[in-house]
Amino acid sequence: MNNNLKFIKGLTPTNLSVNTTAQKNASHVLDTTDLPTTRSEAWKYTRVTKIGKIDFTNEASTLASIEDKKVIDTPYTLVFVNGRFSQDLSADSFPEGVVVKPLSALEGITTQEEFEGDIFGALNLAYLNDGLHITIEKNAVVEEPVQVIHILKGDAQLSNFKVQIDAEDFSKATVVQGFFSEDSNNSFVNYTSDIQVGVNTHFTMEKIQDENAGNFHIGTDTVVQDKDSTFTINTITLNGTLVRNNLNISVNGENCTTNLNGGYLLKEKQHVDNHTVVDHKVPNCNSNELYKGVMDENSTAVFNGKVFVRQDAQKINAFQSNRNVLLSDNATVNSKPELEIYADDVKCSHGSTTGQLDDEAIYYLRARGLSKKAAVQMLVSAFIAEVIAEVENEKVKAYIYKRLNERFGWDINPEDFG
Amino acid sequence: MITIKNLHANIEDKAILKGLNLEVKAGEVHAIMGPNGAGKSTLASILAGKEDYEITEGSVDFDGEDLLEMETEDRAREGLFLAFQYPVEIPGVSNINFLRTAINEKREHKGEDPISAKDFMALVREKSKLVELDAKLASRSVNEGFSGGEKKRNEIFQMAMLEPKLAILDETDSGLDIDALRIVANGVNTLKSKDNATIVITHYQRLLDYIVPDFVHVLYDGRIVKSGPKELALELEEKGYDWIKAEMVEA
Ligand SMILES: Nc1ncnc2c1ncn2[C@@H]1O[C@H](COP(=O)(O)OP(=O)(O)OP(=O)(O)O)[C@@H](O)[C@H]1O
Ligand SMILES: [Mg+2]
Repeated sequence: MNNNLKFIKGLTPTNLSVNTTAQKNASHVLDTTDLPTTRSEAWKYTRVTKIGKIDFTNEASTLASIEDKKVIDTPYTLVFVNGRFSQDLSADSFPEGVVVKPLSALEGITTQEEFEGDIFGALNLAYLNDGLHITIEKNAVVEEPVQVIHILKGDAQLSNFKVQIDAEDFSKATVVQGFFSEDSNNSFVNYTSDIQVGVNTHFTMEKIQDENAGNFHIGTDTVVQDKDSTFTINTITLNGTLVRNNLNISVNGENCTTNLNGGYLLKEKQHVDNHTVVDHKVPNCNSNELYKGVMDENSTAVFNGKVFVRQDAQKINAFQSNRNVLLSDNATVNSKPELEIYADDVKCSHGSTTGQLDDEAIYYLRARGLSKKAAVQMLVSAFIAEVIAEVENEKVKAYIYKRLNERFGWDINPEDFG
Repeated sequence: MITIKNLHANIEDKAILKGLNLEVKAGEVHAIMGPNGAGKSTLASILAGKEDYEITEGSVDFDGEDLLEMETEDRAREGLFLAFQYPVEIPGVSNINFLRTAINEKREHKGEDPISAKDFMALVREKSKLVELDAKLASRSVNEGFSGGEKKRNEIFQMAMLEPKLAILDETDSGLDIDALRIVANGVNTLKSKDNATIVITHYQRLLDYIVPDFVHVLYDGRIVKSGPKELALELEEKGYDWIKAEMVEA
């Protein structure tokens, strides 16, 4: 067994019913692969060596309540602590057309079988604690979102957690995901999802990352879109020491719309890395990507966005933008938007900007009587509001502003930004 | 109200103000004219608290306080207002929100309660009417996509909202058509009282038909080199600044 992965020794292989080929391949990856170093292109700016030095365990744990560990108030909430299903804290009935099952209750879990050297994906499968499978049934239009909460609890916990969503044809639904931690340090949630978006289906994922400083979050969302579908994911990162989000979207059917938005507001030594891939394989689709970040103190943001437009994928409109504001001389951004276009009749644009707040604007606001702090808050919130506005659910939006106010000592009224 | 004595200021080691003196009393309107590059906007910026300048000599007393020691925002809260020559565009920040914050910060500074939403909206209606500013503009992002004239009108709208003790208007008339000019002047005149004062910086005596000054000053090469009654403005417009240069050489 590999040296870098000594932490695996303290863990028990999954007892869920995942298929044996996938398990075998995952074990092989774990036996033969090191944790990535900054020499590998995909991890150039994100150092994970610290993860390799922690002796992780995975303990069953629970909470008295999730009062301050939820994004929204809804009866349709499911709770996982250290990757394990918390039945007591979870709903047992769901809106019509929504079927929810913990993975531990399933006979035969279908997943990817190849890992292509992806050590975190392999780790997630081989040591999968639990997760859930959500089916949005064909033709179901679900107004109230389903909320999935994951909580890291205790020190040096490793949670391997998976969410599978099957949004069947002609359905419409939203899933809100909230990632939190409690009394946790050096803990690590290693998350994956498999999301299937059916024909003419509208599916939205609102993902809020709010683990405390001292913890790690690495996740991969894998999305496949069928024809005429709209998929939207908004990823808002509010806290956490090291966060890496991989988002892989395959647009397999024509006439699809894909919206991927991200916001991150970082301070202290936070490090947040968003790696996104949108793969346009077929013609007549739109994708819109907007990631915006504000970095204070010693924080770092990494953005790598790839858009592929395959040879047959004519008439694609693909827009991608990453914009960052640095509030401190010690904050860093590494931004790399990439377009790879093999078709000739397409409309694509991408861009990346990183800068400071406009001094002239700060002076203007101060000359009207705003304190420097109020002026900065106003400019930062105006900047980030553009991406938060993409969040469709008002309650989720309210949570985001509430947490920004708490973390940055602001007093933003969300209504000011509609 | 404000007393400027022997003010010297540099930017990047270049002397811009070179011993400027000016006194403005409550109830007065002063006009400052002068050629391009004389230092008019520099003076306005220094009074408003822009930090890029180095003050090497002199003093500014604002109602008994050392203005140069005050933070930019405290100057505003104490009643100093600058209508900018080139108002900045601030995308995403709505005019109304920022004005409400500005008014409340001023109130807090004076130990008063925040303005109620109802009173605030009534104030917005009253003052936007005064300067004939479209209500839509009032709630849009600060100056974003505004025409030159709309930006100037927005400055006067903000002035009306904040009711300053001392207003400095830096070329607010430039780029305004005659109707807009009348509206802006009307705004200024309506707000005029025996307790406040106005400094208008302008190149055109036309404005001074509407805002009648008590004094006209010529700012030339970093100093006030000539002061006189309102007729001086006419003379300057007719004869330019060369005769003043000549007078200075003689002296
Ligand atoms: N940031 C700066 N850096 C260098 N020089 C500057 C700067 N700002 C102003 N100056 C110089 O200071 C001098 C005075 O400029 P100021 O803008 O005060 O003139 P003004 O009298 O307002 O002119 P105008 O009538 O054209 O508005 C000019 O020579 C100008 O080039
Ligand atoms: Mg000027």
